[in-house]
Amino acid sequence: MTIRTSPGRTSSPIAPSPSAPDALIVDLDAIVPGRIRPAAPLRREGPAKLTGEAKYADDLVFPGAWYGATIRSTDAHARFDGFDLDPALDWSRVAVVSATDIPGENVVSLISDDQPILVPVGGEIQHHAEPLVLLAAADREMLRRARRGVTIRTTPIAPVFDPLASGHVFAHYEIASGDLDAGFAAADLVLEGEYRVGHQEQLYIENNAMIGVPREDGGIAVHGSLQCPYYIHKALKRALRLSDEQARVVQAETGGGFGGKEEYPSMIALHAALLARKTGKPVRMIYDRHEDLSATTKRHPAIVTHRTGVMADGRLVAQDIEVVMDGGAYTTLTPVVLSRGAIHAGGPYRCPNVRIRARATRTNTPPNGAFRGFGAPQVEFAAEVQLGRIAETLGLSPIEIRRPNLYQLGDTTPTGQVLRESVAAAEVLDRAAEAAEFEGVHARTAAARARRAGADSVPGSPLRTNGDRMASGIGVALAWHGAGFTGSGEVKLASVASVELAEDGRVRILTGSTEMGQGTKTIFPQLVADELGLAVGDVAIAPQDTAIVPDSGPTVASRTAMVVGGLLIEAARRLRAAVEARNDGRPFADVRVADAAIHGSTRVDQAFEPYPHVHFDDDTYRGDAYPAFGWAACVATVDVDLDTAEVTVRDVVAADDVGRVIHPILAEGQVEGGTLQAIGYATIEEIKLRDGRYLNDRLATYIIPTSLDAPRITSLLVEAPFSGAPHGAKGVGELPMDVGAPAVVAAIHDATGAWIHELPASPERILARLGITRPIDAEPRLLAVDDAFREPIDAGTDPRPDAETDPQVMRGPRDADERR
Amino acid sequence: MTTWRFAVNDAPVEVEAPGMRRLLDVLREDLALTGTKEGCGEGECGACTVLLDGAPVDSCLVPICQVDGARVATVEGLAEPSPEGAVLDSLQQAFLEAGGAQCGICTPGMLMAARAYLDGGGAADEAAIREAIAGNLCRCTGYTKIVEAIAIAAGGSR
Repeated sequence: MTIRTSPGRTSSPIAPSPSAPDALIVDLDAIVPGRIRPAAPLRREGPAKLTGEAKYADDLVFPGAWYGATIRSTDAHARFDGFDLDPALDWSRVAVVSATDIPGENVVSLISDDQPILVPVGGEIQHHAEPLVLLAAADREMLRRARRGVTIRTTPIAPVFDPLASGHVFAHYEIASGDLDAGFAAADLVLEGEYRVGHQEQLYIENNAMIGVPREDGGIAVHGSLQCPYYIHKALKRALRLSDEQARVVQAETGGGFGGKEEYPSMIALHAALLARKTGKPVRMIYDRHEDLSATTKRHPAIVTHRTGVMADGRLVAQDIEVVMDGGAYTTLTPVVLSRGAIHAGGPYRCPNVRIRARATRTNTPPNGAFRGFGAPQVEFAAEVQLGRIAETLGLSPIEIRRPNLYQLGDTTPTGQVLRESVAAAEVLDRAAEAAEFEGVHARTAAARARRAGADSVPGSPLRTNGDRMASGIGVALAWHGAGFTGSGEVKLASVASVELAEDGRVRILTGSTEMGQGTKTIFPQLVADELGLAVGDVAIAPQDTAIVPDSGPTVASRTAMVVGGLLIEAARRLRAAVEARNDGRPFADVRVADAAIHGSTRVDQAFEPYPHVHFDDDTYRGDAYPAFGWAACVATVDVDLDTAEVTVRDVVAADDVGRVIHPILAEGQVEGGTLQAIGYATIEEIKLRDGRYLNDRLATYIIPTSLDAPRITSLLVEAPFSGAPHGAKGVGELPMDVGAPAVVAAIHDATGAWIHELPASPERILARLGITRPIDAEPRLLAVDDAFREPIDAGTDPRPDAETDPQVMRGPRDADERR
Repeated sequence: MTTWRFAVNDAPVEVEAPGMRRLLDVLREDLALTGTKEGCGEGECGACTVLLDGAPVDSCLVPICQVDGARVATVEGLAEPSPEGAVLDSLQQAFLEAGGAQCGICTPGMLMAARAYLDGGGAADEAAIREAIAGNLCRCTGYTKIVEAIAIAAGGSR
C-alpha cells in the first residue's frame, strides 16, 4: 500500500496558520473539567465477576469436548517439507488436521490475505510460532502423547530479522505540508534524534481461549475470549465455506484484551472450528501463558528518527520524521497501525513545514498487531523526548517549550485537517502541571542536581556524588490521539447498533460491541436509559452473539463509547419518538408496556452516518484524519537509585480529555490502567529475541508492574466535547498509553541528566547512557546541536559521557551543506 | 488414585485424584468451582489464589495431597446465599462500588488475597495493602481502585 501526499500549503515557512474557519467551533468555556455526574450505576456484570459466577471461555462446559493443540514451527523461516506421525501411537484416537483439511480459503481474513491458517506442506514458514498441524484428543494425556508423536520436516531459509534491512514493505506513507527546506533554512537551531521501542505484550490476565462446537446444520459455533465477533464470523465463513447462519460467534466473558484479542482470536477460532469439524465434537483450544506469549501478537517495535528545526524562542518551524515499524511475518493490521503512527508522529504541535515518512516491513518474527494506542505510543514517545531535548538545548522549561507550540483551535495538522473544535491540549497540560505542582518541583529537582554535582564523588558509585542515594526527577508529556477509526474507516465499517422495545415492554440493546473490562455493558444502558427516561436497570443488553446482535464494528480504537454509544443514542431517540407519536405524545416510560402489548416489538437499527464536515481522501491522504482528537497530559515523578540506576515511579498525574465523561469511575479506571501499562512500557517491559524467537515467553520472565511497582495515580478528566457524537464523547481507552512513557523518561532525565532513547529505560540503559557502563544498544544518532546553543546545556551539573564516547554530533544548521 | 478429604468453603468434600493433581484443577474440574482462574500456571500472576487454612496460596502450585484435612476458601464462599440471590460481602461490595473489578479475571484471586489481609487484622493502610496484593497481577486497573476498595473494606473512608 502506497499513499503519498503532495504538499498542500505554500504559506511562509514559519507563519502560524491562524485562519480559523467559521463552522463547528465549540467555545473552550464549554469545557467542564472533571465534572462528576451523580449516581453512576454500578458495573453491570460486576456481581457475577465478584462472586465467580461469570463464565470465561475456559469455565464453559461442553459435554464430550475434546482438547485441541497446535503444532508450530520451530524455524523462523523455512520450507515446510512435511510431517510424520509416530507409528507406535494409536492415531485412531487422535484428530489430525493439516492445511488440506481446510474446505475453503486457507487465509486468516483481515486486511491482506497473506497469513495462512495452517502452512501447507510445501509452503513457506515465516516465523517460529507459525501453526502447521492441529491435533485433538478426548483427554489431555492422549493429546500430550500425540504432540510428542508429530515430527516436522523443514528446509531452513535465510531469515530476516532487521526491519531496516527488510525489502518486503507492508505499507508506506508520506505526509507533507509546507516547505521543509525553507523551514530548516529559517530555523535558528536544527536537532536530530533517533528513538527505538521494542515489542510490548498486552498481557491480559486471561489467556486466549476458543471452543469450537459443531452445529446440526453443518456449521460451527465458537465460544471464546474475543474483542471482535464479526472479524471471526467473516474468517469462519471464508475458511469453512459457511453461510451467515452456519457460522456463529459467541463472546464468553473476556478477561482483558487491550488489542491482543482483536485479530489473533480469528486464528484460534479457525483452528478450533477445523478440529470440531473433523471430530464432530466440541473442541477446546485453551492457550496456556507460554503459548499465548510466544505466538500471539505484540506491539510493533519501531525506529523513529527526528530532524527538527526550531526558532530561538522555541517555536517549531520544521519537522522531518521517519518511522520504521517491524510488522513481523504477516500483514495483519500493520498498515493501519502504521497509518496512525504516521499521522501522530509530529505530536500535538503546530508546525508549518512537515514531512513524515513511514514504512513497515516484514521480518521473520511472529506478526505484530493491535495494542492499546495502535502505533501512537511509539511515535509520541519519540516526539516528546525529542521536544524535551530541544527545550533543554534552548534553556526552556518543559512547559515553556510546549505552550507556544501546542495545537489550538483553528490550527492545521500535517494532513491538512483544520482543528475546528474539541481541542484541549492547553487545558490538559495546564491541569496536569498545576495538580502536580510541576514548576515548583522542577525547580527543586534542578537545585538538588546542582547540589549533587558540586559534591565529591563516592568511591564505587560513579553516580552518587554526596550522601544522597536517591535522586528525584519530574517529567511531563503531552499527546493527541485520533478518536475512532482513521480516515474513512468508520464510513467503510458502516456499523449498526439497535434498541428494541420487546413484546413484554422491556427495552433491550443489541450491539456487537464487546465488554472486556472497559465498561461497555454499563455505559450503553446508561446512555439508552437517559434517552428513554428509564432507570438504568430497566434496559437490558443482549449477549454478544452473532446470531442475535448486529455488526457494530470491532471493539477497538477507543470507538465504542463515541461511535457505537452515539448510534445507540440515535436509535433510542428514534424509538422514543416513534412510540410517543403513536401514543398521543405521552412519555415513553409511561406507555412502553401498553404500546408493546398492542404493536408487538419495535426495533430501531441505527446505521452509522458520516460525521458532518469530516472529509478524508484515502488516495491523497489529506483531510480530516479523525473526526476529533482526544488530548492527554501526564506528569510523572520518579526516584532513581544512584547506586543501581533503578527507577521507582512514585506519582503520576494524568489529565485526559475524553470529550464527555459518561461514567467517572469507569473512565478513571481506563486512565489508571492505561497509565500503568505505559509505565511498564517505559521501565520494565521488554521482549528479548534470539533467532526470531521470544526468549522471555513466560510470565516469570516477561514482567509487568505489580501493586508495589505502581505509582499513586491521580486522574483528571477533562471534557472538550465532540459535536459529531450526540453525547460529545471521544473515547478514553488509548489516551493514557501515549503519554506515560515519555513522561517517565523525561523524569529520569530530570533526575540523572540521561536521555534514554530506547525503551524500556532499564537501569542498564541508564548506566550506559551515563557512560558508566558499556553501551548495550547500537548507539543512536543523537542531537545535532548548533554550537551557539551549547551554552544553555547545564553540562557542568549533569553527569554526562565524556566527549570521546559521546556520540553527539555538533553542527550548525546554517552551514552551506545543511541548507540543501 | 487416592481419596482426599478436606473442606471447601466450610463444606466437606471427598475427591479421588492422583496426589500431584493441582488444587486448581480439583477445584475447577472435579468440583466445578470455576471462580478460581488460571493465568499462568507457574505461580506468577496470583489469579488462582485461594486460602488454605486461612493463608493465601497459588492453587496452581499446590498438589492436592497437601490439602488433605485442610480448609480451602474460594471466591464462591465470599457472598452469603439468600433467597433473592447472593449477598456480596463487604469486600466484594467495596470492589463493586470503587471500581476494583474491570475485566474480572484477576478479581477472584485478588479478593482472596485481600480477604486474608483483612482477616489478619489488616488496616486501611495503603502501603500494607499494596504489599498484601503484590503477588496478584492486574492489567486493567493500575491497582488504584483495588487498593481503594480494600481500604474501604478495612474500615477506611473513601
